[in-house]
Amino acid sequence: MNDNTFSAESVHGAAPGDAVPADHDAAAIDADWPLYEVFVRGKRGLNHVHVGSLHAADDQMALRHARDVYTRRNEGVSIWVVRADAITASSPTEKDPFFAPSGDKVYRHPTFYSIPDNVPHM
Amino acid sequence: MGGYATPQASERSAVDLEHEFGDIIEAGQRVEPRDWMPDGYRKTLIRQIAQHAHSEIIGMQPEGNWLTRAPSLRRKAILMAKVQDEAGHGLYLYSATETLGADRADLTTKLLDGKQKYSSIFNYPTLSYADIGVIGWLVDGAAICNQVPLCRSSYGPYARAMIRICKEESFHQRQGYELLMTMMAGTDAQRAMVQDAVDRWWWPALMMFGPPDDTSPNTTQSMAWGIKRHTNDELRQRFVDMTVPQAQALGVTLPDPELAWNEQRGSNDFGTPDWDEFTEVIAGRGPCNTQRLATRRQAHDDGAWVRAAAIAFAQKIRPSEGKTA
Repeated sequence: MNDNTFSAESVHGAAPGDAVPADHDAAAIDADWPLYEVFVRGKRGLNHVHVGSLHAADDQMALRHARDVYTRRNEGVSIWVVRADAITASSPTEKDPFFAPSGDKVYRHPTFYSIPDNVPHM
Repeated sequence: MGGYATPQASERSAVDLEHEFGDIIEAGQRVEPRDWMPDGYRKTLIRQIAQHAHSEIIGMQPEGNWLTRAPSLRRKAILMAKVQDEAGHGLYLYSATETLGADRADLTTKLLDGKQKYSSIFNYPTLSYADIGVIGWLVDGAAICNQVPLCRSSYGPYARAMIRICKEESFHQRQGYELLMTMMAGTDAQRAMVQDAVDRWWWPALMMFGPPDDTSPNTTQSMAWGIKRHTNDELRQRFVDMTVPQAQALGVTLPDPELAWNEQRGSNDFGTPDWDEFTEVIAGRGPCNTQRLATRRQAHDDGAWVRAAAIAFAQKIRPSEGKTA
């Protein structure tokens, strides 16, 4: 199975594309709700973090379902939902040349520079 | 020369992919959704996670049976929260299967058609309110035993779902044990109800860990792939050792004459579950198999118009939303 099998994918989720077999009839497909990815801010001061996915008929329903599925115990103060097929993702392997430009730039890190031990506060 | 790869070249890249996958597993790292993975790994995960998801969803029924007859508002609120959690657990797990390319509607169809299984334990009836306590204590206790190692499963989305689930299972087990302690502090009739429930659930709970290791063909491969971390028998032993002191503290007897502390092993010896019964229940001939599937089927059919109406509404109100891809 290659990467193109998935039409969309986030850190966690992947929406199955045409190449993934789904052997139910057309009427059932029509009643399928689209896939949404869910991001929750645990508390003020933190980033939204991806927590999972769910199906909903529309954006508002996705928000409500996200509240019921992912924040039953005060796990969040804010929720983002986004259609999985609206996410553009980089390809998966760390060896990917996509990330190569940052691989050979050691001078971007503070440890690249040697400073004498007797220089304080640096 | 054509612009396409020779057979040897594509063969070699498949080997490379297999090596990279092996390296991830060996380094104890997590496999993530878009990584290359062997077909067998993907299929095994989809089967196992879907079966787990189905179990959570079907598992709402034995306890839901007592929602309208809970003995107090406090117990009713607790039981509602627990049943709602089981639905949530099912949804976390279905979400994990979708990262593997599975289709939610397809999995539901397979459950309803009996092509995918759920845990044998949910095919037993809940005959008294003490069963609610015993399910929390023993069934959720066994589930925790099974699931805590799965938090380190090699597949990232599965491991992350298990972490969420395990946090919530702790409430499930404790509310069950507390319920039983309350009944044990009550009348003789209440204590008898608890013992009766323990007698009925003990062996099915031991069966939750699956068949003995020597008849569990998938275990070796699953452990090599880091999907499973312990064998069925290891987990069963761990559960027995954890449960024995809890039973003593509660004042109930576990219905196994062979149950005895083995000083040499530093573990409890215990009897053999009735594996013929297990096979029968798995084959669909347990006490409640027919009823459980019929109820699930009816809920699905009764909800069909709601699913269709929600899509129609979404398309009418916001044409850009709610369209299936």
